[in-house]
Amino acid sequence: MADTVKLPEDSFKPISADDRAALDSEKIAAPSLTFAQDAWRRLKKNKGAWASLIILAIIFLMAFGSIFVSPHNPNAVNPSYANLPSKIPGININGFNGTLVQAGQRIDAYKQAGASNVHYIMGTDYLGRDLFSRVLYGTRVSLIIALVATLFDLTIGVAYGMFSGWKGGRIDTFMQRVIEIILSIPNLVVIVLLILILKPGMLSIIIAIALTSWTNMARLVRAQTLELKEQEFILAARTLGERPLKIAFKHLLPNLSSVIIINTMFTIPNAIFFEATLSYIGIGISSPQASLGTLLNDGQKNFQFLPYQMWWPALVLSIIMLAFNLLGDGLRDAFDPRTKE
Amino acid sequence: MAKYLAKRIFYLILTLFIVITVTFFLMKLLPGTPLTNQAKLSKSQIALIYEQYGLNKPVWQQYLLYLAGAVKGNFGTSFQFSDQPVSYLISSRIGPSLQIGLQAMVVGVIIGIIIGAFGAMKQNTWVDSTTTVVSILGISIPSFVLAVLLQYYLGLKAGWFPIAEWGGFIYTVLPTLALGAQPLAESARFVRTEMVDVLSSDYIELAKAKGLSKTGVIFHHALRNSLIPLITIVGPLAVNIMTGSMVVENIFSIPGIGEQFVKSVLTNDYPTIMGLTIVYSFMLCVVLLFTDILYGIVDPRIRLTGKAN
Repeated sequence: MADTVKLPEDSFKPISADDRAALDSEKIAAPSLTFAQDAWRRLKKNKGAWASLIILAIIFLMAFGSIFVSPHNPNAVNPSYANLPSKIPGININGFNGTLVQAGQRIDAYKQAGASNVHYIMGTDYLGRDLFSRVLYGTRVSLIIALVATLFDLTIGVAYGMFSGWKGGRIDTFMQRVIEIILSIPNLVVIVLLILILKPGMLSIIIAIALTSWTNMARLVRAQTLELKEQEFILAARTLGERPLKIAFKHLLPNLSSVIIINTMFTIPNAIFFEATLSYIGIGISSPQASLGTLLNDGQKNFQFLPYQMWWPALVLSIIMLAFNLLGDGLRDAFDPRTKE
Repeated sequence: MAKYLAKRIFYLILTLFIVITVTFFLMKLLPGTPLTNQAKLSKSQIALIYEQYGLNKPVWQQYLLYLAGAVKGNFGTSFQFSDQPVSYLISSRIGPSLQIGLQAMVVGVIIGIIIGAFGAMKQNTWVDSTTTVVSILGISIPSFVLAVLLQYYLGLKAGWFPIAEWGGFIYTVLPTLALGAQPLAESARFVRTEMVDVLSSDYIELAKAKGLSKTGVIFHHALRNSLIPLITIVGPLAVNIMTGSMVVENIFSIPGIGEQFVKSVLTNDYPTIMGLTIVYSFMLCVVLLFTDILYGIVDPRIRLTGKAN
């Protein structure tokens, strides 16, 4: 018995195109997804996050679209139409039909003001300015402040965190001490001090929020960098003599992206909240500019008699905060499936 | 432990020193003078006033004097209320702030723990969804919006609580609720996540397998272990309450330090702003130190890793 295996001759022939097609039809693997595609798929499954994403998109579109198309001029003062309640054409529910209770009787405020041919979806404020346009304008200001502050936060926080984590040792300890000192003063106090020095205004609010909110990002990025820099692919890049800056951009940053994106989703509502608080106290945005905080402050003065003037900005502010929080939660689950039960 | 404590206290003092230094020089950068009607005053009058407040000395001398005073709790004289030392202003106002802050923290965290634990026990039922909704709403609605709504609906319309001012316990209810919403929401969310983790761990399975009652498992094994990490969020919650108190105290016109801070900012009362900044960071430092020590006592694993470092 010879010790050979006899293979049939046709095993050595190249397979024909038909055979290959037959083989492919047997395959039952799903198309391979990249990390981002996978995260996107999981995000779409999360109803709350998906709805938040759509709501935020709508709010962004409306707020920034109102630069070009606004129902009314947000700054046009019209005293004869002052304090009109909200009136949405076609809806006849008290509170949305332009009527309000005055001296125990429900009257049509629009008829009284002689404004029968106009309607204000959210009503008007004490100067007769269209509240809907003001809310859109205020939302835009709040969003711009939050986004620009977050952009700073991204650059400072990420760079600080990566540098601290990458260097390690004494530099790392020192840099972490600095963060601890910053964290030991309430953020709002620091922001208020900075605004006092920079004089109230939109720019100083952006700078103040940006200078204080990066600490959290820096800590998270540092922790992740400490973990990543011990891994083989970084070692490989170092061994090949790659410059640290290039390693940071090419190897670290893509791997940090999920942490960064998730944290951004929590920084933005925080910035909006700080801006609203500052404007509410009276050291933020000043008239005639408006933000959600100033609108709340204006509305709160008349809350007893004209509650809608505070309800609308409060509603919009809460919805934005809610949507960012839900989206942040959803993104966290999407990027890190382990956290999902 | 003693060495660790000494190190932490050293860092606390260092932090406060840096805070004092930075605020002092920031305040020196600020525009404006403490004089209300400068145009009407003659040069010699201005010089006299400057001498009274010690503003005629060189900046480094002022700084050293301020530092020496701050150690003894003397933060200078208020610009807004003449002859009123800042330390008196703060000490007479810190009581209401501390009371409301502590009440909000305790009430919020306790209710948050209960809600969060229920959510985790009845995971994926309507109880759980309610927990999630409550915690998300609590985080999303700013405390000052909540404060105004509470003031109007529970204070003015229902008439259950006084709408403002400061008196007995009844006056603290609404501010406590407004400030407590955030700690409630945060801790509910935190406890729920922790507890879901703990409930699926092996030692809970073992406890169940040994035939322990359901309440025994929940209270003795699950809840205890889920509560330990909660200590870590006490610091951030304290920051939240301090931030919130500045606005909430204004809304309810409570004579606390938050209200004073806003007032001082609006009237450029720099010594008071400085004093309050130092007091705020001192309180926060103490809270952080306290929680760190507590965490080390409650969770022995922390101590071990501390030694390894």
